[in-house]
Amino acid sequence: MTGRRRQHAETASGKLIRWLLITVALVFLALFLVTPLIAVFAQALDKGWAGYWEAIRDPETLAAIRLTLIAAAIAVPLNTLFGIAAAWSITKFDFRGKNLLITILDLPFAVSPVISGLIFVLIFGAQGWFGPWLADHDIQIIFAVPGIILATIFVTVPFVARELIPHMQAQGREEEEAALVLGATGLQTFFRVTLPNIKWSLLAGVILCTARAMGEFGAVSVVSGHIRGETNTIPLQVEILYQGFNYVAAFAVASLLTFLGLASLIVKKIVEWKTTET
Amino acid sequence: MRARRNVLPGFGISTGLTLSYITLLILIPLSAVFLSTATGGWEHFRSTVTSPQVVASYKLTVGASIAGAAINAVFGLLVAWVLARYDFFGKRWVDAIVDLPFALPTAVAGLSLAAIYADNGWFGRYLVPMGIQVAFTPTGILLALTFVGFPFVVRNVQPVLEDLDEEIEEAARSLGATRWQTFRLVIMPTVLPALVTGSALALARALGEYGSVVFISANIPFKTQITSLLIITKLEEYDYTGATAIAAAMLLMSFVLLLAINLLQARSRRYQETS
Repeated sequence: MTGRRRQHAETASGKLIRWLLITVALVFLALFLVTPLIAVFAQALDKGWAGYWEAIRDPETLAAIRLTLIAAAIAVPLNTLFGIAAAWSITKFDFRGKNLLITILDLPFAVSPVISGLIFVLIFGAQGWFGPWLADHDIQIIFAVPGIILATIFVTVPFVARELIPHMQAQGREEEEAALVLGATGLQTFFRVTLPNIKWSLLAGVILCTARAMGEFGAVSVVSGHIRGETNTIPLQVEILYQGFNYVAAFAVASLLTFLGLASLIVKKIVEWKTTET
Repeated sequence: MRARRNVLPGFGISTGLTLSYITLLILIPLSAVFLSTATGGWEHFRSTVTSPQVVASYKLTVGASIAGAAINAVFGLLVAWVLARYDFFGKRWVDAIVDLPFALPTAVAGLSLAAIYADNGWFGRYLVPMGIQVAFTPTGILLALTFVGFPFVVRNVQPVLEDLDEEIEEAARSLGATRWQTFRLVIMPTVLPALVTGSALALARALGEYGSVVFISANIPFKTQITSLLIITKLEEYDYTGATAIAAAMLLMSFVLLLAINLLQARSRRYQETS
């Protein structure tokens, strides 16, 4: 794309401006984006690998990791199934109110994480709609694991659908129509024609959804109740360690989330390159 | 639209599933904010959302978010330009790193920024002696809000710049326009819709941000308490109706902004199609 650009005679001032703009942009990115990233690992290893492992092996941290994995293991498959259904409905059919549907689908991105948690407190909390009923039946949702799972599902609803919709829209409907005309069943068409086409964007959506599910802080913080070893997820554990002035441990735990974020970034880029190359 | 019959199967099940999921998980929960606000009564709502502490939090949140979006507009345009127009070593990696604020959990971003700008941090140890306090001040909030919204401007502007034919600029230059005139009169009008959309998205993201700010803000009322932190504070005081009223006001604000962004995007698409 850029390599084929015509090499026209560049004036000296043009060269200077180009050099200057690249330098300013790179210095800005280095100071503003890359430094915080490096700082996480530098601080986490401040007391060496031994201190790092000790922080990770702490029972409360391990409990937080377990809870985060449970929440993600429920939220991600549900939102993946939903994402595929929503993308199929939106891209393969024409119906009234489709744009409204897409806008509603995006709402969890537009809503403040604090509000995303608050809504579940209003419904299931002690003073909420179902509060008295839940109390009578001895079911706890808020300040317990189910609330964390609900909040996690809410904030990650759009990810898979968002990745799939533009890709499936570009793909069109002809291939599926051809398969059906040739006698394939609906499911055969989906698994043999649609799925191979969308596999890369589906993977990207699932990874982004997982990363966000594990890294969500605000919404989960509201419904968690912060009971150590019980209702703390990894990001909440980071906050507790930080507030306890246990900085090395806070950064060690944060580095786990950073790895996850970097992995999602790399996979997303690979998928982007794959889909633009073909 | 309905020119030919659609032979594809699964309309009923996929649309039905989508609508039920969205209704149960998004629409009903979100409506809880407005319904609970309504049961609190209009007078309570009005007095809560206009109380001095709440108004101070709006001013800080909106002010810092707008300032952050403006910084992102300038540097986002610069980075998008450099990525779209120049070749340099490691460009693919630089392009990937732009998305870092989306990939990094907000708690990690806040933790790291707070550490860097603390009195003994990497940047703080030079800035603090110069009298520039960042951590636990409104400047720190501005920094966090700028960080979380950074990719929006780049990702909106970059494709437009890549599509922009360089020959138009060359034509302007050969017709005698200066570099600055070419930028102002040829490039800017084309890029502007995308730039405004990107900045508006960054603004919307900043308005509701919580995770990154909580680490770098001291949460002092009237000074460093943003609206989402105030909602949490109210919840911790078991003032649920107060928290809900503020949340309703904030939701309305985001919806209006979302609507404006959608209109903007529709307009810039039309602009691109006709040009």
